[in-house]
Amino acid sequence: MKQFRTNDLILKTTTTIIAFVILAFSIYLFLAGHNAPGGGFIGGLMTAAAIVLLYIAFGIGTMARVFKWSSTTLIAVGLLTAIATGIGSFLFKQPFLSHTFGHFHLPFVGDFELATAMLFDLGVYFTVIGVTMTIILTIADDQNEEKSELG
Amino acid sequence: MSNLVILPILLPLLIGAVLIFFNKKIVLARVITTITLLVNISSSTYLLAYVYNNGTLILETGNWVAPFGIILVADGLATLLLVTTNLIAFACLLYTFRSLDSEREQFYFYTFFLMLITGVSGAFLTGDLFNLFVFFEVLLMASYGLIVLGGTKAQLRESLKYVLINLISSILFVITVAFLYSVTGTVNMAQLAERVGEVGQSGILTTIAILLFVVFATKGALFPLYFWLPKSYSIPPTVISALFGALLTKVGVYSILRVFTLIFVYDSITHDLFIWLAGFTMVLGVLGALSTNNIKLIIAYNIIPAIGFMMLGIGVFTATSIAGTVFYLLHDMVVKAALFLLVGAIIIASGTSDLRKMGGLLATHPLLSWLFFIAALTLVGIPPFSGFIGKLLLLKSAFEEGYIIIAITGLVTSLLILLSVIRIFIGAIWGKPVETNKKVPTSLLLPISLLVLLSIMLGVGGEYIYPYVQQVADQLIDPSNYIQSVLKG
Repeated sequence: MKQFRTNDLILKTTTTIIAFVILAFSIYLFLAGHNAPGGGFIGGLMTAAAIVLLYIAFGIGTMARVFKWSSTTLIAVGLLTAIATGIGSFLFKQPFLSHTFGHFHLPFVGDFELATAMLFDLGVYFTVIGVTMTIILTIADDQNEEKSELG
Repeated sequence: MSNLVILPILLPLLIGAVLIFFNKKIVLARVITTITLLVNISSSTYLLAYVYNNGTLILETGNWVAPFGIILVADGLATLLLVTTNLIAFACLLYTFRSLDSEREQFYFYTFFLMLITGVSGAFLTGDLFNLFVFFEVLLMASYGLIVLGGTKAQLRESLKYVLINLISSILFVITVAFLYSVTGTVNMAQLAERVGEVGQSGILTTIAILLFVVFATKGALFPLYFWLPKSYSIPPTVISALFGALLTKVGVYSILRVFTLIFVYDSITHDLFIWLAGFTMVLGVLGALSTNNIKLIIAYNIIPAIGFMMLGIGVFTATSIAGTVFYLLHDMVVKAALFLLVGAIIIASGTSDLRKMGGLLATHPLLSWLFFIAALTLVGIPPFSGFIGKLLLLKSAFEEGYIIIAITGLVTSLLILLSVIRIFIGAIWGKPVETNKKVPTSLLLPISLLVLLSIMLGVGGEYIYPYVQQVADQLIDPSNYIQSVLKG
């Protein structure tokens, strides 16, 4: 029997706009972490929320064609980024996880403080996205397999 | 130099993360994991030698001084346990290659395995109570992954119990740390020891100490809280049981040993409690071992009385008894891993884990049989082997301090332990060969012989190891050394 397909045009159209807003907000949260509430964890969760919204609107098949990276790889990348930040201090003969910062002149932004703690946060950010997406996609995948088995 | 302390934690973590990329390429994963563990063994042995010669080594991570940052402390006890952990992990790894099916290996087995080593090493090295909790969670998460890996029905059932019990005890751990923080205002172990010493161990601090003990007793399987252990340790594949049996409960014992020799030493109520619980743990654990015919379950039950012996040493609390506990801890880690692997090989050889259906392995598998015989004698503590020295020190200190009843209980328990393992020997190894007997690959016997050799060396070479253990015990009895090296004055 052919399943009756609902036409979710409104959901898809609003998602294309809202997903960008959520993504921008999540990156803002991620960057604000040093001096304001936010950071890698909540930033990663928000980004994952944006991606989940895309999955809900467009379905797993379409999204698999867009995102080639598997979410487990993202966990490994995030972990390695965080560990590498810790190990980086070995090069300067400092104890593990020693962080440093400096003031840089960036185009458009002007004088800006950049800290290596940011790189560690980037690792957290990737790991959180990877873990969240792995959990959600694994559960969703199971359901799809069961459906296809049932016919 | 001090960055050396982090290496036993960092290396497995790093390689474990890298191996996520190659989960399907088993051979590559095997080679990388083997190299990692070899490097880990050599670096932790170097650390052991360094600490023995130059005293406790401290790493203040992120360059934050002692009570404010996270401190990693490599003292005698921690390094000794690190070396043992890595040696056991190496033997288990060699056993994995021939015994675990490739589906399990492909599903991130090596990542879980290395994360488990990370968690255990971290728990041994940390000098901060909350960080200890975090490393407990690291090793527990990895063990949840390992216990359910494969997803058979029995594994799912036992992992549910295991996860529930450990979640509850973890919650209790966090609550207890919160209590302790609100009373003392710190979670750094050295500063905690100093502050508890300053105010004397008042009622609320003893309450917190007992709560903390309940947490560690659940992880370490002591008398009223051991009910989850035997089934959940005997269900997963042999290698995983061996890792659990050798490492996980011992982290609980280590935590009790650390906390109750460093921080809460001013009230004798806790230490009297330990003696009572040690007695009950020994007797009831060994009764469990006698009650079953499943040989893997017999070994799993045998973990419990051994924990009782270690608690006896912590309860008596003299330099001799602590040395006995440390020695018994080392011996028991090695011999439990060896016994689990041996029982796994016996199950492969006879095709069943039921004692009544097997027999006659001596004719077909002489090496396996004699290895089992030596391991059984070691477990019980027959003089030339390693179990003897630890037990001798423990019982001697118990008699000296006038704990006669507990010492006699210990001796009777030893006899019953002997009975429980000799039942396996009589049932599986003597008698007429059963036609289901299969060939065991020699490569499975290599890691077992490695562990048995190690435990023989621990016993015969006790003369060389004992000074180190004695030094460790002296450090533990006098915590001022620990506090001074962390807080620098």
